[in-house]
Amino acid sequence: MRLSYVIRRVFFVFMVIWTAATINFVLPRLTGRDPIKEQLMQQIASAGRKPEDAEQMWRKYNDLFGLDKPLWQQYLSYMSSVARLDFGYSINSYPRTVMEIIIARGRLTLPFLSVAIFIAFVTGILLGALLGWNKTPKWISAIVVPPLMVFSSVPQFLVALVLIYFVAFRAKLFPLGDPYPKTMIEDWSNPAFLAKYAYHAVLPILSVVIVEASGWALGMRAMMVTVEGEDYATFAEAKGLKNSRIFFRYLMRNALLPSLTGLALRLGFIITGAAVTETFFNYSGIGSTLSTAISTFDYFLLYGICLIMVVSIALATFIMDMIYPLLDPRIAYRGQRG
Amino acid sequence: MNTNVKPVIDIRNLKVYFYVKAGTVKAVDGVTLAIEPGVKLGLVGESGSGKTTMALALMRMVRPPATIEGELFLDGVDILKLSEEEMRRVRLSELAMIPQGAMNSLNPVMRIRDQILDGMIDHGVRMSRSEANQKVEELLDIVELPKKVARMYPHELSGGMKQRVCVAIAISMRPKVLIADEPTSALDVVIQRQVMETITRLVKNLNLSMILIGHDMGLMAQSVDRIAVMYPGKLMEVGDVRDIFAEPLHPYTQALINSLPVLGKRGVFNGIPGVPPSVINPGPGCPFNDRCPKVIEGLCIQKMPPFREIKPGRWVACHLYEGVN
Ligand SMILES: Nc1ncnc2c1ncn2[C@@H]1O[C@H](COP(=O)(O)OP(=O)(O)OP(=O)(O)O)[C@@H](O)[C@H]1O
Ligand code: SF4
Ligand SMILES: [Mg+2]
Repeated sequence: MRLSYVIRRVFFVFMVIWTAATINFVLPRLTGRDPIKEQLMQQIASAGRKPEDAEQMWRKYNDLFGLDKPLWQQYLSYMSSVARLDFGYSINSYPRTVMEIIIARGRLTLPFLSVAIFIAFVTGILLGALLGWNKTPKWISAIVVPPLMVFSSVPQFLVALVLIYFVAFRAKLFPLGDPYPKTMIEDWSNPAFLAKYAYHAVLPILSVVIVEASGWALGMRAMMVTVEGEDYATFAEAKGLKNSRIFFRYLMRNALLPSLTGLALRLGFIITGAAVTETFFNYSGIGSTLSTAISTFDYFLLYGICLIMVVSIALATFIMDMIYPLLDPRIAYRGQRG
Repeated sequence: MNTNVKPVIDIRNLKVYFYVKAGTVKAVDGVTLAIEPGVKLGLVGESGSGKTTMALALMRMVRPPATIEGELFLDGVDILKLSEEEMRRVRLSELAMIPQGAMNSLNPVMRIRDQILDGMIDHGVRMSRSEANQKVEELLDIVELPKKVARMYPHELSGGMKQRVCVAIAISMRPKVLIADEPTSALDVVIQRQVMETITRLVKNLNLSMILIGHDMGLMAQSVDRIAVMYPGKLMEVGDVRDIFAEPLHPYTQALINSLPVLGKRGVFNGIPGVPPSVINPGPGCPFNDRCPKVIEGLCIQKMPPFREIKPGRWVACHLYEGVN
């Protein structure tokens, strides 16, 4: 991999984040009105907050947007706040800052969701590769593929509901919801808490894995069939290679590449991707925070989450861009040529 | 031709049928053919005549739903009776194949070195690192490639270079027979000739037998000793290349040779009138009967002519030569 390639990619990440932040800055100004100010005053009045609170929020608000200064200065001070990941205070949950809320909520969903995405990807890819392999007996595909098609196309909430009803409510194997027992306090350094968190996460993870693994498996199966039709697959067999080598090094290795791009995109949406699971299993994670922020017009929180989303998508893409040339030599080559 | 030499490849009544919705595709339908050690045989025929299917059947690589029937002797052993694992070991070490469309025959994500070595490794060849490097260099050298190619990926090579790598891999274990399915058809004419020269030189030096598949009679004439003419699913004529060109017996062979552009009479390319018959549910008669200028009414429509050796080394399937012996 060339240095110029890395530099170009890093530059790209910054451009994306910068553009998103700028849009965040510009959009409210295009309306001519000041939705933030209106909303802020209304919220403060209706929540019956103390005037000092309003005063401090105002100061922060002016700080962020520097309404009395020229536009370019407003922009600069806004950008420097953003660079420090300082999105100001939440309008509804003052005095908590937007970043505090994002971290507190993200902590609940991120661990189980990343585990779920990882399990879904690995099982889906392996299953799909086996199903698409021409050495796998046909009857196995005939049995396994139809359920996969169903699982990959039913809405995730249906899977969640079915799991909750049969596994949690009827069989009582797992709790009905909540990230941890209501009687416990959230303490990530307490092993007992971690154990409870993991126990509570089993069904949410399962609901994600069932749906997403089916999708990965079907995509991978189709890709395997395509790769098997390539001349290098024929030549590999003509070379008298062992089945395991053909399967892993020739077929799966090549069929995997498009799925990796898909995984990068999926990881980019890791923060928002859990909305359904969060709703049905009663997790107050980022997903539900985002929908609350939208419905209550908590602009600062909304902007903060949006920007974090953009950053995470840009970062996930960047990481994939760094790994991809190692997996597919043709990419690095194209990069060198510009 | 010396008939006392035991053939290295002896194909007897080979049938490869594919089962598709429209019916049974008789891609190879009763082919009998023998190849002596060190002989280069050209298998010619129009597109769809079953040449690739023949090659894949020899490698036992025909994909289901399909059946292979008949006998395929390689050095006296019927390879259709081998187990999967035994057959795997035969590939590359005794029977090597360069597939059709060799532009994409190399794994895009593996270095050339590893693609040269993995075949040998899976056949139980044990090498130290330096022995392996030496072997790779040696093979690249034989096919006239610089040793730096070993570290490259396929996309960094030109079509001709990729094809040379395929040749290097195919001969890496000194097989008895090399099957080359239109090995140069994707290359431009100059490169085609150079690669073909390399292949024929190697086959000669290593004393391999070769089945060279193609539909270009002209290119064939320069590279092979014997020619087998295929017409959908069946062999029409087999003989030494000089005899075939000097005196083509089968009307189809005659048409093929007449269709060659003649030197001095440039631009004259006759082509062969009509289209090849369907290999799905063929009729009972000679498959060439609807295009044959010498068709014998009745006989040729109703009865398939037997494929017979009318003189040593010369086989024909045509009613015109029924009585000849
Ligand atoms: N897997 C398959 N399933 C069904 N039919 C097939 C299959 N493979 C080949 N055929 C059919 O068998 C016949 C012979 O095909 P084959 O590829 O052997 O021809 P070919 O002589 O190699 O042609 P070309 O010169 O175009 O390479 C064709 O009619 C083809 O459609
Ligand atoms: S058998 Fe009859 S139809 Fe067929 S090639 Fe001979 S003469 Fe022509
Ligand atoms: Mg072919």
